[in-house]
Amino acid sequence: MSAREYITRFPEIREPLLNTRSAKGKNTRVCPAPFDLTDLKDLDPAETMPDIPDLSEVETVRHFTRLSRLNYGIDHGMYPLGSCTMKYNPKISEIIAGASAAIHPADSNAMHTILRYCCLLQDCLLEICGMDACCLWPAAGAHGELTGMLLIKKAVTLSGREKNTVLIPDTAHGTNPASCAIAGFRTKSMPSGEHGYLTAAILKEHLDEDVAALMITNPNTLGIFESEIHEIAGLLHDNGSYLYMDGANLNAIMGIARPGDMGVDCLHVNLHKTFGTPHGGGGPGSGPVMVKGELEKFLPCPVIIKDNTERYTLSWDRPLSIGMVHSCLGNMGVLIKALTYIVSLGGEGLREASISACLNANYLKSRLIHHFDLPFNTPTLHEFVLSDLRQKDAGITTMDMAKTLMEFGFHPPTVYFPLVVSGAIMIEPTETESLDELNRFAHAMETIAEMSLNREQDLHESPRACPVSRVDEVWAARNLILTWDAYESNKGDVVSK
Amino acid sequence: MKIPEGLKYTQDHEWGKIENKTIRVGITDYAQSELGDIVFVEFIEKGTHIASGESFGTVESVKAVSEIYAPVDGTILEVNEPLADAPELVNQDCYGDAWMVVIEMDDPAEADSLMDAKAYKEFLSAEAK
Repeated sequence: MSAREYITRFPEIREPLLNTRSAKGKNTRVCPAPFDLTDLKDLDPAETMPDIPDLSEVETVRHFTRLSRLNYGIDHGMYPLGSCTMKYNPKISEIIAGASAAIHPADSNAMHTILRYCCLLQDCLLEICGMDACCLWPAAGAHGELTGMLLIKKAVTLSGREKNTVLIPDTAHGTNPASCAIAGFRTKSMPSGEHGYLTAAILKEHLDEDVAALMITNPNTLGIFESEIHEIAGLLHDNGSYLYMDGANLNAIMGIARPGDMGVDCLHVNLHKTFGTPHGGGGPGSGPVMVKGELEKFLPCPVIIKDNTERYTLSWDRPLSIGMVHSCLGNMGVLIKALTYIVSLGGEGLREASISACLNANYLKSRLIHHFDLPFNTPTLHEFVLSDLRQKDAGITTMDMAKTLMEFGFHPPTVYFPLVVSGAIMIEPTETESLDELNRFAHAMETIAEMSLNREQDLHESPRACPVSRVDEVWAARNLILTWDAYESNKGDVVSK
Repeated sequence: MKIPEGLKYTQDHEWGKIENKTIRVGITDYAQSELGDIVFVEFIEKGTHIASGESFGTVESVKAVSEIYAPVDGTILEVNEPLADAPELVNQDCYGDAWMVVIEMDDPAEADSLMDAKAYKEFLSAEAK
């Protein structure tokens, strides 16, 4: 193995595990015993204690602080991951959600307030989306999709119809087919039209008796608004099929267009993308589901009701409900942040956020199309997709350019998604970036395009200055090394050979 | 782009080699080059009956996970087991050692409707536009 290969496979880890710094007796803190431990005194600590590193408090704090400095997040700089909506979220939401975290579910007065907030949030979301009824409990976007498809499954089954297929355009989010399959449907993929959106004509070719629903993402993953959605809804309804909308891209249309007015029967939205919660760190999300008309009676339990003394309570008295989808009240912190975000921006503010998101994306697009291939020329909203076609002949790929962006201090955009575009580069700047920051990003991309003409090797080897340099992803995927011990011993094996 | 004569091709970029009543199936040179470095392959079990257009496995690269579709109705007769331990073969020898499954065709005449090398070549250049 060459030195270069070795570095790409065993990059220097600048911050070792806490275990490697552990030594007996370093932790000098004594925990007071809260109760009499005499019953436990005969137990052998070596057998009963978990293997927790023995470290002082300051060593532990410094370890995590150093790790955080090796990390990159939205508080460092722009994070233009298309389809992921990694926007900056106002800290006020965190403060208010933090205050609500101390509330105990058994405190009935406080819970009454929480339920009132939930109700208010439901009303806001229903107004923003133009729907009839809402369930706040699903824990994430894909969980919302699954909940929505279970509602449709129940409606179809109870009506005695045999409908087992869900149609999904190839510009939809990748989780859509999985959610359908888990809800018991067969999925069928449909090509998007030549302009990057689903046409009524394409739908007609695929629509038959067995179609229970169409699951469409609008705007879709190319950032394009599904402009034939009215006609599509009409075709589905005439066929006795439902229109499900993946509302993960709601941040492009809130305050401007309402899914309910488009003929959507059921949708989920991602509170953690659109309304005030940062996402992508594996933390809690929230994917409320909204429905129209007859689907309401199937919504998950419990539902919030206002009794005749004007008190908000939870009701499980829902004979046709699909049941519970989450422990009671979902991810409350995310709900509180969403309400804070909506109330602090107000209707006009939400509309402006959408407009800014679209303006920022279109500004970047208008600059970058001079240097990069734009596979679909249809107008786009909050995100857009370029490809590496113009750099390909020089041997430069999307991966090379994404990695090089890190040298310029930016998180790379989403790459190789959506699959309808070969070598896709999907950029979503979001509404919170300033013109200065957008210019800095555009300049970095333009520089990379220039580098592809005469500094190919630099692009292939970037990044060099980041905490972890270019890694051999193919080798890593084929040779899974998943623990520190395995890493150390594999590294050692190579060195000794 | 290699498109060998004598093989059959699908619009999903699988190739099929007809051997009496069976068809040996893999993915084309175009498919492997679009996917990039293959890191994982997985196929359904031997003996499974599948319909034309149904997925019989997945191919995963660092860019994407892709389904592979049966070109005809039939029963999976053989699976290329060693491929799971050497997925890079799909990049190196997609028409040879990296064959994926052998399907016993329900109706051998069904394979007649698949594209030949010339038609697939035309299909690819039309796709490129």
